[in-house]
Amino acid sequence: MLIFEHSRKGRLNYSQSPAKAASKSAIPKNLLRKSTVLLPEVSEMDTVRHYTRLSQKNFSIDTEFYPLGSCTMKYNPRACNSLAMLPQFLLRHPSAPEDTGQGFLACMHELQETLKAVTGMAGVSLSPMAGAQGELIGVMMIRAYHESRGDFARTEIIVPDAAHGTNPATAVMCGFKVVEIATDKDGNVDLDALKGAVGPQTAGLMLTNPSTLGVFEKNVAEMSRVVHAAGGLLYYDGANLNAVLGKVKPGDMGFDVIHINLHKTFSTPHGGGGPGSAPVGVAERLLPFMPIPFVAKEGDNYRWVTEKDKPQTIGRLSAHMGNAGVLLRAYIYVRLLGVSGMHRISEFATLNANYLMAELRKAGFEIAYPNRRASHEFIVTMKDIKDKTGVTAMNLAKRLLDKGYHAPTTYFPLLVPECLLIEPAETESKETLDAFIASMKEILQEIEQQPDMVKGAPHTMPVRKLDDVKAAREPDLAWKPSA
Amino acid sequence: MPFIPHTEEDIAEMLASIGAKSIEDLFDEIPKELVSGELTGIPPSLSELEITRLMMERATKDGFYQSYIGAGAYEHHIPAAVWQITTRGEFYSSYTPYQAEASQGTLQLLYEYQSMMASLTGMDVSNASMYDGATALAEAALMAVRSHKTSRKILIPKTVHPVYRQVVRAIVSNQKIEVVELPYDAKTGQADLATFGKLDFGDFAALVIPQPNFFGVLEQVHELTDWAHSKNAFAIGVVNPTALAILTPPGEWGSKGADIAVGEGQPLGIPLSSGGPYFGFMACKNDLVRQMPGRIIGRTTDLDGKEGFVLTLQAREQHIRRSKATSNICTNQGLMVTAATIYMSLTGPEGLRRIAAQSHANTLDLIEQLEKISGVKKTFSSPAFHETALTLPKSTADVLTKLKQQGILGGFDLKNHYPELGNALLVCATETKTANDLQNYANAMKQVLG
Repeated sequence: MLIFEHSRKGRLNYSQSPAKAASKSAIPKNLLRKSTVLLPEVSEMDTVRHYTRLSQKNFSIDTEFYPLGSCTMKYNPRACNSLAMLPQFLLRHPSAPEDTGQGFLACMHELQETLKAVTGMAGVSLSPMAGAQGELIGVMMIRAYHESRGDFARTEIIVPDAAHGTNPATAVMCGFKVVEIATDKDGNVDLDALKGAVGPQTAGLMLTNPSTLGVFEKNVAEMSRVVHAAGGLLYYDGANLNAVLGKVKPGDMGFDVIHINLHKTFSTPHGGGGPGSAPVGVAERLLPFMPIPFVAKEGDNYRWVTEKDKPQTIGRLSAHMGNAGVLLRAYIYVRLLGVSGMHRISEFATLNANYLMAELRKAGFEIAYPNRRASHEFIVTMKDIKDKTGVTAMNLAKRLLDKGYHAPTTYFPLLVPECLLIEPAETESKETLDAFIASMKEILQEIEQQPDMVKGAPHTMPVRKLDDVKAAREPDLAWKPSA
Repeated sequence: MPFIPHTEEDIAEMLASIGAKSIEDLFDEIPKELVSGELTGIPPSLSELEITRLMMERATKDGFYQSYIGAGAYEHHIPAAVWQITTRGEFYSSYTPYQAEASQGTLQLLYEYQSMMASLTGMDVSNASMYDGATALAEAALMAVRSHKTSRKILIPKTVHPVYRQVVRAIVSNQKIEVVELPYDAKTGQADLATFGKLDFGDFAALVIPQPNFFGVLEQVHELTDWAHSKNAFAIGVVNPTALAILTPPGEWGSKGADIAVGEGQPLGIPLSSGGPYFGFMACKNDLVRQMPGRIIGRTTDLDGKEGFVLTLQAREQHIRRSKATSNICTNQGLMVTAATIYMSLTGPEGLRRIAAQSHANTLDLIEQLEKISGVKKTFSSPAFHETALTLPKSTADVLTKLKQQGILGGFDLKNHYPELGNALLVCATETKTANDLQNYANAMKQVLG
């Protein structure tokens, strides 16, 4: 039932509204609204019940294991939320003077410093509001760098075929042509293809490492040399930083610009699809182009760095400073973990992934890159199973929902047929992993014995398989009252 | 180990299963020369008690002020239920609703949100949100250019939020789209249609129309919309969602209505929080929906014919289209939209109308009192919504500093963005201010200027 269907004309929550509509008005008649606003008229209690019930139709970290590859679904500590929501932080206006926000700005500055330390970059700006925006800003800096040198011939961005879809989409949004390069059989970028692709037209290479195939790009140092020798820059998509935090720094791998998905590595909540936050880090030569604002410390005082300090900045990409509340949560997480907690993130994420991979292999699942270590994630391919039984990766994913597990990422990366990208994250216990393995084994048996039942999954969710084709062909995108 | 549940025994068993001697072995594919040493410059771990004390200290240091700053972010009362429900783990810690059957809560909520925003803006469809108001405007400009086909030029009056104009420029310049800024009438504070309406801009893709504009002033939205349409261009409204409870929505501007409506969703239950996270909203007419970026949720049926909700029209998006996508955007601001949907359910149409009307009336009252002070006058003659520019007889920065000493943040100094206005201060009083608060502010201002 929709919230609108609980509505009754004339119902109002008196405690939350001004006592009556003020009569004083200077608004000209022709600018006044004449049509009604279709907001529901429901009591506070019914609103609370409705949205509480809706929440119960969701899977979430707080209720289920989420082995969702490439998404790093780890526990979101409650302290991060409650302390970021202290009333002084919530009520602070973005344009309030700096001296009324020194406590807040101190947190932001310390977060910048920590991110610099773990990534090996020379500067960090916190303003990007999501991974895709971090990418956009990063690629804009690459463009600004080349143009500042009078080099306008660099029109291409190189992207491995295993990359996230945001990489090519970002490059195009930035006005670049995308050149895709292939992956070899072990999951590394094909070095010869890269050597053939670079030239005076190369603006840069966008790379995720460990890659979306769940393996460490062994040739990264050589790739860095190839791209830099051609005059291009290296972009690090920090989507998988969780796998190497404290082990290897993007700066040491030769990257010139990176983004860090705080909603992955630094455990800020996914919130059902945002808000994200993706600070960007830069090497020395890109410092002049960083997006503003970011925080500077002068003596004991913190202040915003603006266009006045950074005339070559690529500019502002948000109305204020970015997703401050998300950044506060990441800051609190960093302080709770401390320096020793940083490398434990990657160590236990990697331990969990390799354990899960080993056990699933023993259970009879086919691993896409069996000769490689898993990073924090790995790929199972269902190709053989599909050929034999007709059961697809998506069917298995949906059957997992019935068993009380969120599905792994399916059909990404596109390179591996019928793939499941599985990432357990470091906050899951061995018991949880063992129970998941047991369920995967059960499903293998079910595929053999009752394949049609598996194909019809899920069976226990609030709805069964939904008709996507109808949704796209006859779009019903907004409720309208029945006439 | 904070947030890591493994016992020594667990670790040993897991390593045995893998066939590795140590956790360190699992990193043996990383070339030795790249492995970093000990991390430096990161403080040691704090307990929850210790971080609580630290954050309380910092919050207390920042303190509380009576704020009359608006300028794109507005203080409104947020009902307690909004964030208590929003931060339930099932909303707070869930992923993007790719697995529709396991995400019906978020998906239905987003469908309800889209329905509310479509009605509020007077448009046919809304997406599931953008990052913030400024990026929503930039995406609307890109969308207009994609849909227009012949022009890559966008007209933006200088009455649009100055940072929004910067953000639009930064984003669209990557795609060689030209942004032309239009003048405002120094007397009325409105976009100066009488002047620029006579100029020849050649072919252009869209005109941006703010309502209210950055000065709080109400624009001649009907005339501006019709003018854009007469030039075969799209009309993009940038609107304050609270104001739409009492102002003509973009979908009803002029004879045909604006084509795209965007804006900052923060006033709908999102805390000010130093600037984010907020959310941008975007709505449009039916014929533009396939050019709209961002997530869109549709209502459909399941195998049993039961109603359900899915992400739809995904053929526009990056994970399918890669380099041919309408945008690189993959998240919306899900949790913020959750809060906004609950907020709008709690206010309902009448509550939101009262909030808008009270904010308007409070600003009128405050300005009336401030105008009685010698040397203070309204900068512009046109009516405003809940924010008004005042010209002061002294340096705005000095006035603001002195007001701050009395615990009042007096408004937004227009000097940086509009130096031509001299000592101008943008003042906003929402429904959160009482008659007594307004009186106190007027008294403080009188004292500062006295």
